[in-house]
Amino acid sequence: MTDATPVDDTPVVEAEGPQLLSWDSRTRRVVTVYVPLVCFLIILLFPFYWMGVTTFKPNSELINYKDNNPFWINSPTLSNIKKLLFETDYAHWLVTTMGVAIGSTILSLLSSVLAAYAIQRLRFRGSDYVGLAIYAAYLVPPSILFIPLAQVVYQLGLFDTPFALILTYPTFLVPFCTWLLIGYFKSIPYELEECALIDGASRLQILRRITLPLAVPGLISAGIFAFTLSWNEFIYALAFISSSEKKTVPVAILTELVQGDVYHWGSLMAGALLGSLPVAIFYMFFVEYYVSSLTGAVKE
Amino acid sequence: MDASTWVAKRQPPTLLGRLFDYKPFLVFICLTPAIGLLLAFLTYPLGLGIYLAFTDTEIGGNGSWVGLENFESLLDDRIFLQAVWWTFVYTAIATVGKFALGLWLALLLNQHIPFKSVLRAIILLPYIVPTVLSAIAFWWIYDPQFSIISYVLVDQLHWLDHYIDFLGTPWAARWSLIAANIWRGIPFVAITLLAGLQTISPSLYEAAMLDGATPWQRFRHVTAPLLMPILAIVMTFSVLFTFTDFQLVYSITRGGPINATHLMATLAFQRGIPGAQLGEGAAIAVAMIPFLILATLFSYFALGRRKWQQGSDND
Repeated sequence: MTDATPVDDTPVVEAEGPQLLSWDSRTRRVVTVYVPLVCFLIILLFPFYWMGVTTFKPNSELINYKDNNPFWINSPTLSNIKKLLFETDYAHWLVTTMGVAIGSTILSLLSSVLAAYAIQRLRFRGSDYVGLAIYAAYLVPPSILFIPLAQVVYQLGLFDTPFALILTYPTFLVPFCTWLLIGYFKSIPYELEECALIDGASRLQILRRITLPLAVPGLISAGIFAFTLSWNEFIYALAFISSSEKKTVPVAILTELVQGDVYHWGSLMAGALLGSLPVAIFYMFFVEYYVSSLTGAVKE
Repeated sequence: MDASTWVAKRQPPTLLGRLFDYKPFLVFICLTPAIGLLLAFLTYPLGLGIYLAFTDTEIGGNGSWVGLENFESLLDDRIFLQAVWWTFVYTAIATVGKFALGLWLALLLNQHIPFKSVLRAIILLPYIVPTVLSAIAFWWIYDPQFSIISYVLVDQLHWLDHYIDFLGTPWAARWSLIAANIWRGIPFVAITLLAGLQTISPSLYEAAMLDGATPWQRFRHVTAPLLMPILAIVMTFSVLFTFTDFQLVYSITRGGPINATHLMATLAFQRGIPGAQLGEGAAIAVAMIPFLILATLFSYFALGRRKWQQGSDND
């Protein structure tokens, strides 16, 4: 990229943004922009590359840097993935994680949509404060909640069941989704709802027929973010689940695949790679939604 | 506007329909799921956690009130004090690193470059992938015998004559964790700050350049002040989540070697769940709260300042 990019660099006159006015020479631009950018890319992506390379290396190659170039795979193998899928409960963990993520996403999305609609559209007295309180809930991190939550989960008899996770994940999903959806509802013209009211629609009809269809992009943003966050969650899953077959992927890889002092790096990396793929693929389809919800949530 | 002569031809709503059109009832119904979930699994546990911190509860048993005993014993606990110190150091260094590099990356991405949206998508990848899974990749990168970093430094570049024991000694382990945390944090900072940078109008730079401002002056007097509000918010979040970090440390070092890298969150877990001392673990977690409140207040005032700057109403 370093060598090729300056060529298709458009003339400065046509450039937009701050660059428009600086009369940098091309070499200087390569040194100050492209070289650092490529360094950033290499550093940010290297762990994934290393994960991928390690996954497909046979064990002998993995620990022998003298005869093989460690950055490349000489004799690619699927044995690590095979071992992971057929000798461990990995498939089971994937299904559990998927179920928990989908369950908690649906639950949080439902409650967030209703809450955001009430706060932004029904406009009752004190609705601003309710919104602020929900937002404040986002500032309470899981690391200070998991100990008392473990007690709560235990008392409810949910310990070591997927429901412990499906019910506790909304504590960090609902604030985020509600905040995102409030912002989204705000962008939908209120006049549309007024028209519907005049035409005799009930409030629930308005929500179902007018507001929700218009808020679909916001719903997708909130949904994929909720899904990703629940897929990535670690501390609750570590604290509330104890039996091996009910664990989620991140927890299971760390607690079930790491045994004793000998680490099977090949299958560990295969596990990490396969566990990352669902969110990475999901992400690829919805990049724009991710970026807009991430930046929108901060700008709100 | 002769509305009185026109008669609506809709069927009379049922009792249930009327109930659902009654605003206070509807507000109540709409807020119940969200507020209920948050009260049951956030507010109540938060209170319970503060209560537990003053008891000697163990897993599966009911503890009794012991007053400040947990906190008193923690103040004599060298491991706890070290964890507090390390939590602050970790947060400070990692935040500075994340923001310096993240801001730099955001400024680079704000240039006119090809494939910008693709680059942006790729850069966000470390943020999307589960932290634990990328932490495991770092664990392997930091392996004492087969670390790829050591291999490059020793066998390829010959800058060192021995392999680095990344996770074996306290300071090496600490720096390794900070590096991993910065790696994980750069994308979030860069993408959010980039969004902030894109809201700055190019005409301001134009005006500054006409006045003969150097690139540094343009950054100092145009970019920095306009970026400050969003920077403050992003930083509050970043500080909050770095301070309460758990996953990275737990997956790479589990607090070792010799408890040197225990953050308050990992120590709370260690004592509370595997150690079964729920009361003591809760006390450690509660000790984090004052700091979180400070960070939140900072966020609140930063938000307030932003509204004042933009002259918008309290919307």
